[in-house]
Amino acid sequence: MPDPVPNLGPNLVMGTPNSGQMLSVSLGRRITDRVMTLLSVLAMVMVIVPLFAIFGYLVYKGIGSLDLNLLIKMPRPVGETGGGMANAIAGSALILGIASLLGVPVGIGAGIYLAEYGRGGRFGSVVRFTSDVLNGVPSIVIGIVAYAIVVIRQKHFSALAGGVALAIMMIPTITRTTEEMLLLVPAQIREAAFGLGISQWRTTLSITLRTALSGVITGVMLAFARVAGETAPLLFTTLGNQYWSLNLNEPTAALPLQIFTYANSPFDEWHRQAWAGALVLIVMIVLSVSAVRVAVSRGNLRGAR
Amino acid sequence: MADPAFPMSGSFQEFPAAGPQLAAPIERRPSPLAHSQQASWPDELFRYAMWACAAFVLVILALIVYELVVNSRLSWNAFGLKFFAGQEWDPVQDHFGALPFIYGTLVSSLLALLIAVPLSLGTAVFLTEMCPVWLRGPLSFFTELLAAIPSVIYGLWAVFVLVPILRMYIQPVLAKTLGWTGLFEGPPFGIGMLAAGVVLAIMIIPVISSLAREVVSAVPSHQREGVLALGSTRWEMIRLGVLRNARTGIVGAIILGLGRALGETMAVTMVIGNRPEIARSLFAPGYTMASVIANEFSEATGDLYTSALIEIGLALFLVTIVVNAFAQLLVWSVTKGQPARGHA
Repeated sequence: MPDPVPNLGPNLVMGTPNSGQMLSVSLGRRITDRVMTLLSVLAMVMVIVPLFAIFGYLVYKGIGSLDLNLLIKMPRPVGETGGGMANAIAGSALILGIASLLGVPVGIGAGIYLAEYGRGGRFGSVVRFTSDVLNGVPSIVIGIVAYAIVVIRQKHFSALAGGVALAIMMIPTITRTTEEMLLLVPAQIREAAFGLGISQWRTTLSITLRTALSGVITGVMLAFARVAGETAPLLFTTLGNQYWSLNLNEPTAALPLQIFTYANSPFDEWHRQAWAGALVLIVMIVLSVSAVRVAVSRGNLRGAR
Repeated sequence: MADPAFPMSGSFQEFPAAGPQLAAPIERRPSPLAHSQQASWPDELFRYAMWACAAFVLVILALIVYELVVNSRLSWNAFGLKFFAGQEWDPVQDHFGALPFIYGTLVSSLLALLIAVPLSLGTAVFLTEMCPVWLRGPLSFFTELLAAIPSVIYGLWAVFVLVPILRMYIQPVLAKTLGWTGLFEGPPFGIGMLAAGVVLAIMIIPVISSLAREVVSAVPSHQREGVLALGSTRWEMIRLGVLRNARTGIVGAIILGLGRALGETMAVTMVIGNRPEIARSLFAPGYTMASVIANEFSEATGDLYTSALIEIGLALFLVTIVVNAFAQLLVWSVTKGQPARGHA
């Protein structure tokens, strides 16, 4: 929305001292104006400073302790230096893979339903409201539910349970973004497809969804990035593991869990690895998100837009 | 409940009628092409598959409620409502009372709001009303970036950076100047309720400020122009023309931030000290509902212990649901795209 007011501001409102007198704005009001402006700027600065503090410190500590061993070696016992988090990185990839496999199709499907069939209907509104509510459910509660559904039935902790928990967290986000993106596709495009005699399901999948694909994928990546760093729902579903395991039915290490364990430990060597792991986690999140964005913005993934 | 004319966020208002407009004529008009008037079976199948996906969202919510209720039955039968008033948390004797956790969750979240609200509102006002255009994009991007950092990394940073700063610089000053209130007493450990409040504040600032920004930009420009034309200063314009019109949505944004703070787990667990006690001083260690689940769930021995933890989870779930639903309704009522009310 173009907003002319801030541009007018400096000339019209703040003005030079002369123009202030001309408009006869009392001193008290001018001082209040200046003070509140200053406070807003101060608030902005105080919000930005912790951000840079966190990122700066993370990169500083992370780079200092990052080495190849972290990526390819297994954890060593306490007291020995060296070792890495290879099992945690692989475990995270496994758990996120399960979560995406379960969550992405369902989320996109629900989004398609809401955008193409569920406009104005009661069922559609209920689903929409429910997914917004689900978005606000604390991740630790999702963890309990995954524990109750999978771990209690299977009678052991497993990578699968963690994947289920993360999938539950991904679905509402993907549903809502998919719906919004599909609604951006002009009705004429669908009509053109119908006019060619293409059936509705083909139109939805090959025309509408394809046109909105870059937006849909962005939404999927946002959901992915959000769950990639989640720790709370994994605590009692995948549990963590000091050894190599890619078995769906076994406790599995995950990067956020490993960071949590190491940060809470009293050992300097583990603190060092926690920082390095945190840097790897952030870089993994940023890379996966931007890689897909790049892939979407060029080449044949682009769709009709 | 949900408004049937569910509002998408502002910019999607252009094509809200796309679905119905499209679907209706297609079904009614006999097609001149080979397709029969009735939808063919692949169409029906596809429709049902998509319906099933949408229904699954409802199933998830039902499943959450069902599992939480069923699995907390044992504790509910044993303690009843007294569970939420009891102060004792003794797994060895099987005595469970959740009051210290409820207290910790409330105090840490309110403390976070106290810090975050003025900062987020200042940020939102600065970004929408004062910021030069070239700076607006990068600054909003950076604020949003804060939301992308995983909770555990906030915790890591808080343990190794924030807590030492609090212990060495901030807590001694607070004790000296405000110690008489009783809120800042005792030895400055660094770790404790204050640290949890500060971390939570940093984590919810992006939530509140981005929503508040959305709400503030939804206020029509002529509101601002009108107030300016009466000869107001910029701050008066913001206060009368913008904030007053957007207040419902701003309250919604704040409550949504509260909902996020209530359920936040990892960062809080790492800095709050994890001791189930109710202490007046903010320097003292505490415990929250989410962090007791995180710490004790996988090691809970005995069915009653697990059940008590799940009951805490159920309580947390219900509170966040109510808080979030309320906040959503408030935010929607402003960003729906309807003109803001013209009077104070």
